Amino acid sequence: MELFTNQVLAGIATGAIYACMALAVVMIYQAIDHLNFAQGEMAMFSTFISWQLMQWGLSYWVAFLITLVLSFVAGIAIERILFKPLAKAPVLTNVAGFIALFAIINSSAGLIWDFTIKQYPTPFGSAPFLGSQLISTHQAGMIGVTVLLLLGLYFFFQYTRIGLAMRAAASVPESARLVGINTSWMIALGWGMATAIGSIAGMLIAPVVFLEPNMMGGVLIYGFAAAVLGGLTSPFGAVVGGFLVGIFENLAGTYIPGVGNELKLPIALALIISVLVVKPAGLFGRHIVKRV
Amino acid sequence: MTVLLNVKDLRAYYGQVQALHGLTFSLNEGSLTTLLGANGAGKTTTLRAICNMVRSTGGIEFDGKPLNNRSTESIVRYGIAHVPQGRGTFTTMTVEENLQLGAITRKDNAGIVSDIERMYAHFPVLKQRHTQQAGTLSGGEQQMLAVARALMLRPRLMLLDEPSFGLAPLVVRDLFGILGKINREDKVSILVVEQNAQLALELADQAYVIETGRIVMSGNAKDIANNEEIRKSYLGY
Repeated sequence: MELFTNQVLAGIATGAIYACMALAVVMIYQAIDHLNFAQGEMAMFSTFISWQLMQWGLSYWVAFLITLVLSFVAGIAIERILFKPLAKAPVLTNVAGFIALFAIINSSAGLIWDFTIKQYPTPFGSAPFLGSQLISTHQAGMIGVTVLLLLGLYFFFQYTRIGLAMRAAASVPESARLVGINTSWMIALGWGMATAIGSIAGMLIAPVVFLEPNMMGGVLIYGFAAAVLGGLTSPFGAVVGGFLVGIFENLAGTYIPGVGNELKLPIALALIISVLVVKPAGLFGRHIVKRV
Repeated sequence: MTVLLNVKDLRAYYGQVQALHGLTFSLNEGSLTTLLGANGAGKTTTLRAICNMVRSTGGIEFDGKPLNNRSTESIVRYGIAHVPQGRGTFTTMTVEENLQLGAITRKDNAGIVSDIERMYAHFPVLKQRHTQQAGTLSGGEQQMLAVARALMLRPRLMLLDEPSFGLAPLVVRDLFGILGKINREDKVSILVVEQNAQLALELADQAYVIETGRIVMSGNAKDIANNEEIRKSYLGY
């Protein structure tokens, strides 16, 4: 029983990271109807930046905040420079754009910081959390930061004018423009926020997976699995999906014989395919209520 | 009487296809003007061209200021509210959020709150359903919501694209009654595009008839309604 609780809690901790990645993916998907394959690499690059800042002597939280701001600005810049011109282009052109972005960021990180694995610090420490053997303080910190982030985002989208405008721009762009919302900037803002959220995920997971240019590969696939499971049209679903996938991953690794660390990734992919076959809209995907 | 909207030699294009062939008309401040015509005559395109949602050439002046080449979202800031065809409801959001979105360019929070109450007074059914997802409203209720959303801007000019479309005759009567009241009491000028010519002519003071992208008839709404020849050849009733 203790093994089970332990695995579930560890699953919630990594699930928090998947939830962040899934949320970032869903935010961009809602804004431009495309999956951002480079989301993980963007998060990785942000994490490297925070690492570099710490190497230069800044404290963890200062580096964390500066990275958040830089990521936000970089996300807006990427949208303005690369994807705004592609807004009316066919799907494949956009896919090519995302793959290019992926390759460029990945190689730049390798070029600047090389491909050796680096230690990444945790501000929470790695002692047992509150003296319990079930979960470490870093895992508790991952969950805590994610929950705070989600509450903040909920408040932002539900109770601020700009959050309302962003939701409107994503749901009915034409009507949004007719009430005076600059939908193009709302998309850019979505990119900025998604990039900042991704950077949080990267910085939180880096002490676990270690820092290197390919660190987010697996995490992003789990993020996609989470987004698909929860429903690509539902930010709430993406978050729930993230936690579910995290728990599922750990339990499957523990209890299904033969599924060790090597087979965890195929499980995520199997999950994506199963959801797409059985319930393509995902658990919380939008079914629009409409009366004519 | 001052001219509020002045459209001169308006030509609009969908890709290579020209939809308007030099439309010229004007709308007086405070008036309720209707644009009539058959399917495909260019009524909707005219409204879309005013808000720069289609490529167009020609002059569009609002209150003496040119609107050409302004983005759709900035035209709203002149006080022009456009209720598009199909109502443009934010179906996944609540009724109240839809109203707030109508006022998203305004900064006076107190005024917005009191205007929402005013809308609920105009349209009591919206108050009953203010927390409900707007997509669950009936067609008539959604049209009321669309009009209320447009009014939340405190517009000087409201553009309405076929408000009667898909509504039961009784609901249409109701809606047109409210539009007349808004025009008289709130001093909102209205340009309404309609296929239901008979009703629109009862409501409007000015009328224009469009055929294949050109104005073929204009004048006092009553005169047009009383002219049997025009009615038979252009309006079909």
